[in-house]
Amino acid sequence: MSAIGHASGIEVPRASDSGLKMVLWVIRMGPPLILLLLCLILTLLTPFFLTGDNLTNLLVQVAPLAAIAIGQLFVILVGGIDLSVGSLIALTTVTGSLAFQHLGGGFVTLVAMLLTGLLAGLINAVLYVKGRMPHSFIPTLAMLNAASGLALLLSDGRPTPGMPGIVTTIGGSDIAGIPVAIIVVAGLAGLAGMLARKLRWGRWIYLVGGDREAARRLGIPVDRVVMSVFLISGFCASVAGVITAGRTNAGFPTAGQLQELASISAVIIGGASFWGGRGTLTGAVVGAFIFGVINNGLNLLNVSVYWQLIAIGVIVVVAVELDVLRRQLEERFRTLQAHGS
Amino acid sequence: MADGNGSSATPILEVRDVEKRFGATLALDRISLTLNKGEILALLGDNGAGKSTLIKILSGVVKPDAGEILIDGDRVSIGSPHDARALGIETVYQDLALFDNFDATGNFYAGREPVKPGWLGALGWVTDRSMARETEELLERLQVNIARDDEIGLMSGGQRQAVACARAIAFGKRIVILDEPTSALGARESGNVLRLIREAPEHGVSVILISHNMEHVMKVADRAVVLRQGKYVGEETPDAEHHERLVAMIVGSGADDSEDSEDSEDLEERFARDEKTAEERR
Repeated sequence: MSAIGHASGIEVPRASDSGLKMVLWVIRMGPPLILLLLCLILTLLTPFFLTGDNLTNLLVQVAPLAAIAIGQLFVILVGGIDLSVGSLIALTTVTGSLAFQHLGGGFVTLVAMLLTGLLAGLINAVLYVKGRMPHSFIPTLAMLNAASGLALLLSDGRPTPGMPGIVTTIGGSDIAGIPVAIIVVAGLAGLAGMLARKLRWGRWIYLVGGDREAARRLGIPVDRVVMSVFLISGFCASVAGVITAGRTNAGFPTAGQLQELASISAVIIGGASFWGGRGTLTGAVVGAFIFGVINNGLNLLNVSVYWQLIAIGVIVVVAVELDVLRRQLEERFRTLQAHGS
Repeated sequence: MADGNGSSATPILEVRDVEKRFGATLALDRISLTLNKGEILALLGDNGAGKSTLIKILSGVVKPDAGEILIDGDRVSIGSPHDARALGIETVYQDLALFDNFDATGNFYAGREPVKPGWLGALGWVTDRSMARETEELLERLQVNIARDDEIGLMSGGQRQAVACARAIAFGKRIVILDEPTSALGARESGNVLRLIREAPEHGVSVILISHNMEHVMKVADRAVVLRQGKYVGEETPDAEHHERLVAMIVGSGADDSEDSEDSEDLEERFARDEKTAEERR
């Protein structure tokens, strides 16, 4: 194809003209390809990888991370980060334990747990937006510390055993070999996907992430959109907390440590842009799975946990560099469009 | 100015004695002008002339201190950008307000995505297919030859400008205000955007065009109003015959005006950053 231009029409080449577009496509399709490749390599390297038990185990391990990665994606889409999600997992398990002890009842406990994340997310949102803080790093860092401290205070720093049936079912049982936890996370992903792709509010999240000032000028309620992503992230963290509490059948004040960083890594590995406005739900979930498969695989191969940490570090750098490369390629593309044809 | 001259000759926009002060500085000094239906009006003037302040008032970003604005003969108050859009005024600023992470469709409908009827609509379920179809039609009607599903981030400056102008022309019900639409473009790309502007009245909008480029103004505008240091200086048909006279009005040579407000110009510039960046780009 070449430039198609009518005498009176705007004469421009179709953007599909260039091979650059192909490269951009490969970069965008990168995360699923990497996951596939990893699974393939591990299947060849160890007979234990592709077994039912191991895969079930993998799914259970990845479920909480996938849940918080879904929430983290929306925060990163508006150009922020949520550092509080790891601590919120811990706090959720502890409030669940307290609710079960003092109020009893599975449903009440579950609601109390979910409200924990929502409330913390609301506080993050208000501090950041209404408090006019320069970056979401700050309120969520404060929340990381405060939630962690609160979880330790409320539990005297010890795990408190005992969770209602509904919670242990979500976190610790399976249906025909498929963990309920991963089914719950799939449901969460479905809702989030609907928001991101089909609902106007989700569209606005991407628009605000693309250009906050332009969004404001076009009449999009930017402040409310930004606030909403912290509520979503808080809610996702409490879902991860329910799964964690169910799996351990306890309130666990030190659960979720460093998971906020793992979720950010997962979202970035999944191809989302730290600049905001770009990133898919599939990418975030795939990123969480890449994270999980690396850990699982290196465990199976008896590689030291220290190497696992280094591997994750390297992958995050590679993922971010790919995003930088994407921006440069797009820039080149624009220049070609203006001068070429 | 006589009221109630009624009938079909009512201008689509009338600005009457509008005044705007920034601190001690008079940025707009009792400016009056009219925009007729289907007209392309160029707003000319040097930096600090008040062009930016005036279009910011018309697009609801800045509120005037005095004076009135009439649309189709009715007095209106434009308190916010939202009000301006509701009145059918669309403004294309120099930064275009486009979203690189969306295609033409996403940009056209940004912030006004149509939703499905019924409970899905209450949820905010957007109607992707009809949006795409309508965008295709709009691009076709305005003869903007870009693919509606190509990302804006991958487009050249001219294509981006075309998308921004097309969006304003398509959604503006009455008036489209264009701030330096060709200042960052090369000759070929400018030509395309100028064609889009010239044909805008066929799509039912009147245009206010701000430009430093007299050649472009002469190509598309029906009338040119000149501002200088916040004052209305005069107006003229922008053609070869009146070229020199317009330039003289812009720079203020051989005129009666007092050159006393040097520092007012500085202040205004600080408020009207748009104009400054326009100058830097040239």
